[in-house]
Amino acid sequence: METPLYDEIPPELFEKALDTEKQSDVISRPSMSYWQNAWARFKKDPLAMIGLVVIIIITLFAIFGPIVSPYTYDGQNIAIQNQPPSREHWFGTDKFGRDIFVRVLYGARISLSIGVMAAAINLVIGVIYGGIAGYFGGRVDMVMMRIVDVLYGLPSLLYIILIMMFLGNTVKSILIALSLTYWIGTARIVRSQVLSLKHEEYTLAARALGVSNLGIIFRHLVPNSMGPIIVTVTFLIPQAIFSEAFLSFLGIGIQVPMASWGTLANDAIPAIFTQPYQMIFPVLAISITMFALNFIGDGLRDALDPRLKK
Amino acid sequence: MQIDSKNLLEIKHLKKYFEIRKGFFGKNVRILKAVDDVSFSIKKGETFGLVGESGCGKTTAGRTILKLYEPTSGQIFYDGNDISKFSEKEMFPYKKKMQVIFQDPYASLDPRMTVGEILGEAIDVHHLYEGKARSDRIAELVELVGLKSDHINRYAHEFSGGQRQRIGIARALAVEPEFIVCDEPISALDVSIQAQIVNMLEEFQEKFGLTYLFISHDLSMVRHISHKVGVMYLGSLVEYAGVDEIFLNMLHPYTKALLSAAPIPDPDESKKSERIHLQGDVPSPLNPPSGCAFRNRCIYASKICSEEKPVLKDAGAGHMVACHLY
Amino acid sequence: MILLDVVNLKTTFQIDAGNVQAVRGVSFHVDEGESIGIVGESGSGKSVTMLSVTRLLPENAKVEADSINFNGTELLKQDDNFMRKIQGSEIGMIFQDPMTSLNPLFTIGDQIMEPIRIHQKLSGEDAKKRVIELLKLVEIPDPESRLKQYPHEFSGGMRQRVMIAIALSCNPKLLIADEPTTALDVTVQAQILDLMDELKKKLNMSIILITHNLGVVAKICNRIIVMYGGLLVEEGTSREIFYEPKHPYTWGLLRSIPKVTAQKSKLIPIPGSPPDLLSPPAGCPFAPRCEYAMKVCMKYPPKKIGLSDTHSVACWLMHPKSPGYKMEGLYANR
Repeated sequence: METPLYDEIPPELFEKALDTEKQSDVISRPSMSYWQNAWARFKKDPLAMIGLVVIIIITLFAIFGPIVSPYTYDGQNIAIQNQPPSREHWFGTDKFGRDIFVRVLYGARISLSIGVMAAAINLVIGVIYGGIAGYFGGRVDMVMMRIVDVLYGLPSLLYIILIMMFLGNTVKSILIALSLTYWIGTARIVRSQVLSLKHEEYTLAARALGVSNLGIIFRHLVPNSMGPIIVTVTFLIPQAIFSEAFLSFLGIGIQVPMASWGTLANDAIPAIFTQPYQMIFPVLAISITMFALNFIGDGLRDALDPRLKK
Repeated sequence: MQIDSKNLLEIKHLKKYFEIRKGFFGKNVRILKAVDDVSFSIKKGETFGLVGESGCGKTTAGRTILKLYEPTSGQIFYDGNDISKFSEKEMFPYKKKMQVIFQDPYASLDPRMTVGEILGEAIDVHHLYEGKARSDRIAELVELVGLKSDHINRYAHEFSGGQRQRIGIARALAVEPEFIVCDEPISALDVSIQAQIVNMLEEFQEKFGLTYLFISHDLSMVRHISHKVGVMYLGSLVEYAGVDEIFLNMLHPYTKALLSAAPIPDPDESKKSERIHLQGDVPSPLNPPSGCAFRNRCIYASKICSEEKPVLKDAGAGHMVACHLY
Repeated sequence: MILLDVVNLKTTFQIDAGNVQAVRGVSFHVDEGESIGIVGESGSGKSVTMLSVTRLLPENAKVEADSINFNGTELLKQDDNFMRKIQGSEIGMIFQDPMTSLNPLFTIGDQIMEPIRIHQKLSGEDAKKRVIELLKLVEIPDPESRLKQYPHEFSGGMRQRVMIAIALSCNPKLLIADEPTTALDVTVQAQILDLMDELKKKLNMSIILITHNLGVVAKICNRIIVMYGGLLVEEGTSREIFYEPKHPYTWGLLRSIPKVTAQKSKLIPIPGSPPDLLSPPAGCPFAPRCEYAMKVCMKYPPKKIGLSDTHSVACWLMHPKSPGYKMEGLYANR
């Protein structure tokens, strides 16, 4: 607004301003919680959004695909065995004449659910273990962490294989095996977060109020650590998927007739030169899913960065 | 506001030492004597100002009194009861009576909680109100500190420093305390906002009969708000007396130096005042000088100062000073 | 003799949420050999003003002005190379936090020598002699051995002295100190301020001291500029600002601080909070908090009026049509 000439300002303007005309202490911007802020930032990351869309598409296909498809994952039909991709069979057929597309979708169900469940169980164990170690510190922390250090030294794949041999080759045993290995990384991250947040003034304020130890851990420390925890867990899913795929590929994972992406790849080994598409599609599925999840993880790490302070 | 003749808080020979562990198995231990034999008392309704520079131990003293740190030795009498050795469980009812306001308005509020949740937590811990009475109480607290009711669902990061500090005050008041440790409550605020907060603290002292331990390095603000003032240096309380007495009749050489160094917002006065020049810097609390901690910067230092640590003595009319000159 | 003349400086930052108008039209000058204080709170724009003059702002900052004239040269017309030459040689800067301003990996000696090597092209023994000279100037004891030490071996006050030594290494005409003592203890602060005062006299250097602490400016500044919400609200000699303030903000500020020597008086705070610079108010930035605010104050930003050679104020209360006002004297018997 152009200020009028000094002498030409109308005299009425020199009356006192009413309190309603002045506005102080008003917050004009809409209220955004930490998560809303984070989501806004996440949306701006193109790779992360692509990853998210891809995962949503894969999940939808996995849930609804097999229902809609005319083929079943175990319907054998030797007459059409080993056919390359065509209009009827988008990914071709395998040596038993089963439609590979449906099998890949079905495999998605298995692989994704194993990945997510393993990550979830790891999260719970890791948060509780790491939270307690970090909060109580001292000897408790030292003992708990030395245990973790020893376990960390074991090669995880070996560990998983040993457990699998002990428990057998079912989905349940794979889940148990995966859950028992990756919680260590989560526990460490949670512990270091909790250690650093323990000395924040709002934690001291809660102690001064008389909030119980458990209350402080779960109401203040864990929510404020969620950023790095979520990122860790998001990266755990592709790791779990890959581990399961690798085990199944080696033949010690899920057994027939259940089909995960790993077993599909395993089935395709003998035909790798003659019908390469049988191997390519499951492998592509694993790779794309892992990329997508990793992009999401990266996006989340940036979006949830606690350095959103003033 | 009438000041009771009874002591609400009595601190006797309080010590808080920290162990700094270094070396592979933590074998190399050095002791940091953050608070080294501090004694004073605060009457009900009074404000005791605790001043000193960085490393003097005033913040540690405040936190130890609240039992946020366990005292290494010494006694803390609250209303006649020695709480120094109380467990967390025994301290619980005292947490309702003794509260705290922190320095950093950006760190003292949980960034994931709304104002309502922050105040609600305080109310819930001590089961003070439920249902509608609870939400009424939250609204009452918010208005008490000058914020609006539509601020209750907002998050801490949406407020300015001064507003956040008010939320911190509301939280402390939510449990209806008797005693509040104010740990540098205005240092991180803009000058024009500091007066708002200080006035509010004074108003609440009148209204609710509160007792304060006001920790600050800002001498002029301490002078304004306190009834009694204590000066700390490297873990020891070197002087304490009534506020007028100590500012007009300083005894300890460090107090004199501290006061003369304080910048005066008055150009003529500023040029008039004689500054006592202190040599060098504050020694490390890990390695304090023998005897009196202040001796290697003190112009009056003599042989006895390096041999014997001075104790607090009454230099007349309750004016306590720890110095071999007296 | 005018050393620095800034006319109508405007600085805006582009961020996601919009444009932050940090400085909205500020004009002032600094003479040779004088020290001026720029006083303001958060959001006043005091730091950004000087960073704009020395071109030390990040990429997303846009600086505009009618003129920024330093020692006869129009800085706006110069390129970045020129600015780099005067930064550190003719204009020295020291910042608030001595902990982070010094590089922990290099010795103090190396860091002081850096500007000497770059700007004065001295080397080896000559440079070292100059460093020792500087350390003596800032009263660091035992300079010969201290110049081989690293920043973490110095205390806060000592580090700030080192910062001053670096800033002075090339005999600048102007020293800009941005909150140089805020992070320091009171007794150390007094030492540093005394040092700066002496150096000003010894080296005939001008000082711009940016701070929010009125006590600090009272001690060593000849003239004071008060900023609020990106604008200059009052300017005058030290005595004029403290004893005859004319702007309600200046006056409000003085009323809200306790005085160590005076008797206990009531603190009268300024209500409200500093303005939001993303969408600053239309008129005077202080109007929402001003007890004398008139309707014109809410609509148009006030013009700067000169009350004397040295004293000027930007306030509608000075307009002949305003009803006038009375601010009680803060210090009686002056």
